[in-house]
Amino acid sequence: MLWYLGRRLLQVIPVFIGATLLLYALVFLRPGDPVAALGGERGLPEAVQQQIRAQFHLDQPFFVQYLYFLKGIFTFDLGNTFTGRPVSEVVADALPITFQLAIMALLIETVFGIGFGLFAGLRKGKLFDSTVLVLSLLLIALPTFVTGLVLQIVVGVQLDWLPVTAGRDPDVVSLLMPAVVLATTSFAQILRLTRTSVIENVTADFVRTARAKGLSRGRVVNRHVLRNSLIPVVTFIGVDLGNLMTGSIVTEGIFNINGVGGTLFDAISRGESVTIVTMSTVIVLVYIVANLLVDLLYAVLDPRIRYA
Amino acid sequence: MPENRYEKAPRPGQGHYVAAPEDVKVGVVDAVSTDEAPSSMWREAWREMSHRPLFWVSVAMILVVIVVALVPGLFTSQLPRQGCSLANSLLPPSGEHFFGTDKNGCDIYTRTLFGAKASVLVGLLTTAFVVVIGTVIGAVAGYYGGWLDTILSRLTDIFFAVPFVLAAIVILSIVPSRSALAVALVLASFGWTTIARITRGAVLSVKNNEFVTASKALGMSRAAILWRHVLPNSAAPIIVYSTVALGTFIVAEATLTFLGIGLDPSTVSWGGDLSAGRSSIRTNAEIMFYPAAALAFTVLGFIMLGDVVRDALDPKARKR
Repeated sequence: MLWYLGRRLLQVIPVFIGATLLLYALVFLRPGDPVAALGGERGLPEAVQQQIRAQFHLDQPFFVQYLYFLKGIFTFDLGNTFTGRPVSEVVADALPITFQLAIMALLIETVFGIGFGLFAGLRKGKLFDSTVLVLSLLLIALPTFVTGLVLQIVVGVQLDWLPVTAGRDPDVVSLLMPAVVLATTSFAQILRLTRTSVIENVTADFVRTARAKGLSRGRVVNRHVLRNSLIPVVTFIGVDLGNLMTGSIVTEGIFNINGVGGTLFDAISRGESVTIVTMSTVIVLVYIVANLLVDLLYAVLDPRIRYA
Repeated sequence: MPENRYEKAPRPGQGHYVAAPEDVKVGVVDAVSTDEAPSSMWREAWREMSHRPLFWVSVAMILVVIVVALVPGLFTSQLPRQGCSLANSLLPPSGEHFFGTDKNGCDIYTRTLFGAKASVLVGLLTTAFVVVIGTVIGAVAGYYGGWLDTILSRLTDIFFAVPFVLAAIVILSIVPSRSALAVALVLASFGWTTIARITRGAVLSVKNNEFVTASKALGMSRAAILWRHVLPNSAAPIIVYSTVALGTFIVAEATLTFLGIGLDPSTVSWGGDLSAGRSSIRTNAEIMFYPAAALAFTVLGFIMLGDVVRDALDPKARKR
């Protein structure tokens, strides 16, 4: 196990370098000269352009620029945006908001997904079960931004219960609707996963034994059915942690939230390469760590999986 | 460890265990009817699928969408940009405009019909690209193994580590023309990793089968074995994944277009119409219902089909 852990951790390094290099190349090898464009119509004097190029290492070969960027990532010193704010400060502002959004979404989808899935699974084939199954399929088919629009129209505009967009420094209330939107697809998936798993376990031998011992129904469900049904769900939640980061790009765009995704969007519309690359790197990093966690969780949770 | 735990030790002078005649159950062999055509995995999958109403419902939904995408003119006499007049802005539904008109005074019913083409085109093209790229990389990695496998697998890991929506946003922001083909290529450039992993796994589990060894013994070239024997036997998981992925790609295109970085604004598309309808969210939110419903209908069709196909082709999921 320790050997597996070490090898898996080592594998992360080339993947991280490769992925960031790929993103860096995509953003920085784009056509056009950002420095020449800075001066607008009149253009900047040649000497000033030279100075800016030297300051941002733009006169260096591509690979050297990338190494400077990697150094910046690890020393939290990434230079300034076009408006003069340090990029690290922008990241520090954006990250907590996205994490709050992701944690709220994760809570919503887990609690409701497992709850509905358990009840549907215990009542397999009944009205509740079939209704929930059809609805979950519909939720999976609905694109996130459509769910977002529907909630904005119904809950935000018509009922006026929650704010339509979150804006600056969002609190828990204004993040509630975005979190629900972010959670919908995964909620439906967790529900289906739990349901399948519960149905499988209800007929298992160990559940029959528990019943035969005379345990109460609640105890059988809690201790034996639910606990064993959660293994695939827990690993799915790990995978979902990475998906929530990507999902937040879209959700933050719709709800105008200044998290990682929202900032990335602003940066793209302004062509601010440093911010684009940094935000993308943050997302990639979370994604890689989430995938790593899933692999480790597999090994810990399911003793049937052995790693040499 | 032996592949088969019931395998007995080879007899002296033999590379493999060969059953003694008395161990072969002749009765079993005799019981197989030779009149019937041999039952293949595909035939059984078809038999199972054709008995499920969900299969026919989803096929019907997809057919409707494809017909509308191919010949939208069958269902409307108007054109999406013709007859738009600001004088007709935001009209309620009527005999002339079944779903009413949008802000520019265009007929929403017509625009919704014509929007199908963009979604279906991007979905099909992306899936086709992804299947080609992913299958080639996965099959080569799994079948040839060695350093080729190491390089291709690490490459897949690297592309997998970049979320495909993120990559699409970054690339599309620098692409000059965003036609359906361009968007499909961008989506495919980072969307192929899962198929590559699935194919590699399937090829690894197929390539040591007896029929592969037999073909090798008969002198077939490695490339021919891969193409004729290994790939067809690895196809089931690829087909299952691509059906669901097609729906996902349609969602991705609509999302990106809605956010203003997908298809060109001049293309008639559901994502674009939803994006345009957003400006009147407080007054005329109902105009967004039709493109949204059409989008959900299409995606639902492919996801339901994917569900049925998985049940039929994936023997592990079949029990459930």
